[in-house]
Amino acid sequence: MKRALPILAVLVVLLAAIAVANPFFLEPAGFLAFLKRAAPLVILAAGQYFVIVSGEFDLSVGSLVTAEVVIAARLIDGDESATWPVIALLIVIGLLVGLVNGVVTTKLRVPSFIVTLGMLLILSGAVFLWTGGAPRGALSEGFRVFGRGGLGPVPWSVLILLAVGAAAIWLMRADFGKTLMATGDNERAAALSGVRVDRAKIFAFMLSGLAAAVAAILLGGFAGVSAQVGQGLEFSAITAVVLGGVVLGGGRGSVLAAMAGAFTLEALFTLLNLYGISGALEFTVQGVIIIAAVAAGAIRLPWKFTPRKGDAHAAS
Amino acid sequence: MLSMRGIGKSFLGVRVLSGVDLDVTAGEVHAVVGENGAGKSTLMKIICGVHAPDEGSIEIDGRPVSFGHPLDAQRSGIAIIYQEFNLLPERTVAENVFLGREPVRRGLVDRAAMEEATARLLDELGEDSFGPRDPVKRLSVAQQQVVEIVKALSIDARLIVMDEPSAALAEHEVELLYRLIGRLRERGVAVVYISHRLREVFDLADRVTVLKDGSRVTTVPIGEVSSDELIRLMVGRDLGTYFPPRSAGAGEVRLSLRAAGNHKLRDIDLELRAGEIVGIAGLQGSGRSELAKAIFGAEPFTAGEMTPSRPRSVREGVAMGIGLVTEDRKAEGLALRQSVRDNALLVARAVGGAKGRNGVRDLLERVRLSPPRQEQEVRYLSGGNQQKVVLAKWMTMAPRVLLFDEPTRGVDVGAKAAIHDLMRELANDGMAIMMISSELPELIGMSDRIVVLRDGRIAGTLPAGPTEEAIMRLAAGEVA
Repeated sequence: MKRALPILAVLVVLLAAIAVANPFFLEPAGFLAFLKRAAPLVILAAGQYFVIVSGEFDLSVGSLVTAEVVIAARLIDGDESATWPVIALLIVIGLLVGLVNGVVTTKLRVPSFIVTLGMLLILSGAVFLWTGGAPRGALSEGFRVFGRGGLGPVPWSVLILLAVGAAAIWLMRADFGKTLMATGDNERAAALSGVRVDRAKIFAFMLSGLAAAVAAILLGGFAGVSAQVGQGLEFSAITAVVLGGVVLGGGRGSVLAAMAGAFTLEALFTLLNLYGISGALEFTVQGVIIIAAVAAGAIRLPWKFTPRKGDAHAAS
Repeated sequence: MLSMRGIGKSFLGVRVLSGVDLDVTAGEVHAVVGENGAGKSTLMKIICGVHAPDEGSIEIDGRPVSFGHPLDAQRSGIAIIYQEFNLLPERTVAENVFLGREPVRRGLVDRAAMEEATARLLDELGEDSFGPRDPVKRLSVAQQQVVEIVKALSIDARLIVMDEPSAALAEHEVELLYRLIGRLRERGVAVVYISHRLREVFDLADRVTVLKDGSRVTTVPIGEVSSDELIRLMVGRDLGTYFPPRSAGAGEVRLSLRAAGNHKLRDIDLELRAGEIVGIAGLQGSGRSELAKAIFGAEPFTAGEMTPSRPRSVREGVAMGIGLVTEDRKAEGLALRQSVRDNALLVARAVGGAKGRNGVRDLLERVRLSPPRQEQEVRYLSGGNQQKVVLAKWMTMAPRVLLFDEPTRGVDVGAKAAIHDLMRELANDGMAIMMISSELPELIGMSDRIVVLRDGRIAGTLPAGPTEEAIMRLAAGEVA
């Protein structure tokens, strides 16, 4: 909680700024609409958080989201009765992609940056091949309700977001989260304490894949079927996590802050939109944020000065 | 040549040094001792220009100086050799010595001049076991230390600060260090020597300055102080006998090895009994740490028998009730950015046992963590307190066998005594303990039995209280 405070403060300021520009935002419907829009990214950020805190990256989530949506449309093809089996299949695919990412990273010792970059290309290539560039088929109404509909006034996506958030926070407080954090901090010390570090990391990748599947289900209903639906989401998720103060390289930061980072990013996009700044600028904004956030983390020194490499060069 | 007066320094309002005076004359070896947190490293960093003092003055040869940057100190002839060397392993000795200030001729690096100058300095130090063209990665730790010293001399350093220079050295390599320091003294170079090992202080130093809680307690010529007095000055109390009394006798066999071996070890026969502390001696590279890791399951035995069973992984070792307090606690023992509590619970969480979770506070008190604050990140703790957290981590699972690899390396005198007491206490409670140490007084003072390793085999076993000579004879393989 303490670690999430700075980003929560930033978030409140941005939300206030949105409310000033657009008073509708203060009404329940306006605010819920914002939450609904933010839900997929927040869920992806929670999944990405597990991977980052264990000391790895997952660049494959964006194209995984696209693949999931395209697959869903093609398999369901408007058939209501196919809704639930396909949803189950999407979740299995998400977990499976995470499993492959995790196993290749830990057992074959390929850096996760490369593994998941490769997975990104493999998935986008496969989607392109399968669809020939234009996705076919259509989602069922029962599928789209998760991204569009709601339980009374509360959108399904907000409820799902709450469940995912609670589960993520609970996981990080459980033994799994604590040992995952220790693994990201010092893998060798964790292994020598009996932690199954490979298994913990594989599980983290699977959680990220699962998050991508859930995000895809929400986005399919919300944004519709296209071959670009997940484009760039991996970077948005990483930017959100870093914005939440989670340290790349692992071992530090809270999942609550990572999710708050995703809300903040979404609020920023909303604000830019309100002031009529082109949506094309979103990538630029993310680029600036990710560099600035990591740089800010790097220059913040602990009060105890620890000699780094280089100091001794200068001194000797 | 160096004179510091009334040096004070605070970090974020926490006073680390106050009113410290230090005088170092040319050709003197000046030891600085004190418990961890006494302010030694801060003082050293002020000497070397890493930190600027808040108050006080520094003079070199009677001229006041103020260092804004380590380079300023370097230009005034002050060099520092950190515990961890700053050498590039893939480069040659000469390239490392002249790193960043290579002599240039017609726009190109003048290798010949660089190598010649390095060779000359090596020669002056009486070092002939390696040359300027050898890549650093092929050198031993002791030889790398020589390279660091040559580097210091090549900038005409007149004062060299050495931070725990012997910590990484094996016993026989320390002699080489002694010889080097002798040569430096002959050249009129002043040495400020920081060490936890009092024997070295007595062997090497001309004078010793004692720091305690950020203030200078005293500066005395080494001949005017005894080892016990020095300890008392450092900790402000009498440590008395230094080691806890031995226990009455050993109990049942907890673990036994018959002709056990792997790629580093051969024909190991060893029994660890409840209530007993078995010391493991040996030179660096004799297989001491490998023995502990093999028993623990981290680098398992591949041959021979081990009862009750031979662990093939860390988890199997832990399941058998074996714990390992590793040699390098920062790299292998602790997740430094996690809290004391999370580190103490790491083993319990990893193996999923419910034991010990509620008792963390009691456990931290039992290991004498001071203060027992659970939420602090362990990287902010002193070496001694960090080691106590590692101990607590293993105690959560109530191990049957606890292996210690250099349990008090880099730990201050007060914490050292606490850890020794605790080890004996655990043994008395019925734990079987194995302790690896390269500090002979520690081995002799603590062990009920000492097993000496040489080249991956057991060279011999000595009963409680052997002489240092007896251990060294077995370790080095000389005929008794």
